Amino acid sequence: MRIEHENKGIAYLHLPPELRAELRLWAEAGYPAEACGLLIGRTMGARVEVLHVRKARNRDKEHAADRYDLDPSDFLRADTDARAAGLDVVGIWHSHPDHPPIPSETDRRGAWPEYSYLIITVDGGRATEMRAWRAREGGFQAEGIET
Amino acid sequence: MSKARVRIPAPLRAYASGASEVAVEASTVREALASLGRQHGGLIERVLEPSGSLRSFVNVFVGEDDVRALGGLDSALPEGAIVSIIPAVAGGAARLQAG
Repeated sequence: MRIEHENKGIAYLHLPPELRAELRLWAEAGYPAEACGLLIGRTMGARVEVLHVRKARNRDKEHAADRYDLDPSDFLRADTDARAAGLDVVGIWHSHPDHPPIPSETDRRGAWPEYSYLIITVDGGRATEMRAWRAREGGFQAEGIET
Repeated sequence: MSKARVRIPAPLRAYASGASEVAVEASTVREALASLGRQHGGLIERVLEPSGSLRSFVNVFVGEDDVRALGGLDSALPEGAIVSIIPAVAGGAARLQAG
């Protein structure tokens, strides 16, 4: 898998500290399973502004230690609420228990363009790092995270 | 025929001239998607297999109901129905098993 780190054309994810804190808590609460959910906000060119975060159920109970399958009913509810507020689903978050916040081949295969993918590492039950990515043709490109 | 609206997720809007919602007149989900395809060529092949069945990586809801749990694509549409195309989202670290 190719991961690009070029500055040219890099996108930025604006994620306020209180939303980061909420995501860390959810990721830690899910440990040792993968937790997942949605980022709600608006996209303005290369900048994605996250205004709300949502938790979703991981349907892959059997492999939840290292896989997630976001419940589409939770996606629908988040999409419905976002549209009612004049916003949009702008990204997906999920945790990597005891694993770096780097997209796996499994992540790459399931990735959709236009969405930001935020990955949170949870080491031994504590969220330690988060990184944002954008699916591009041929691989993921790192996104900057700003507060 | 009922008037319905089809909601398009962000990753598929490039195939719908940027529209987040498209108005259709249809009696079933299948007819609604066909109407969507007539208005926006290129979009429907990302939702349906060449055989006409729903692609595994998309979900379609009528209101709050997943059409796979209803009568499939031949589910009837009530007047004013909202048909939502919802991406299937999956992945994970996959550190314990290959792929």
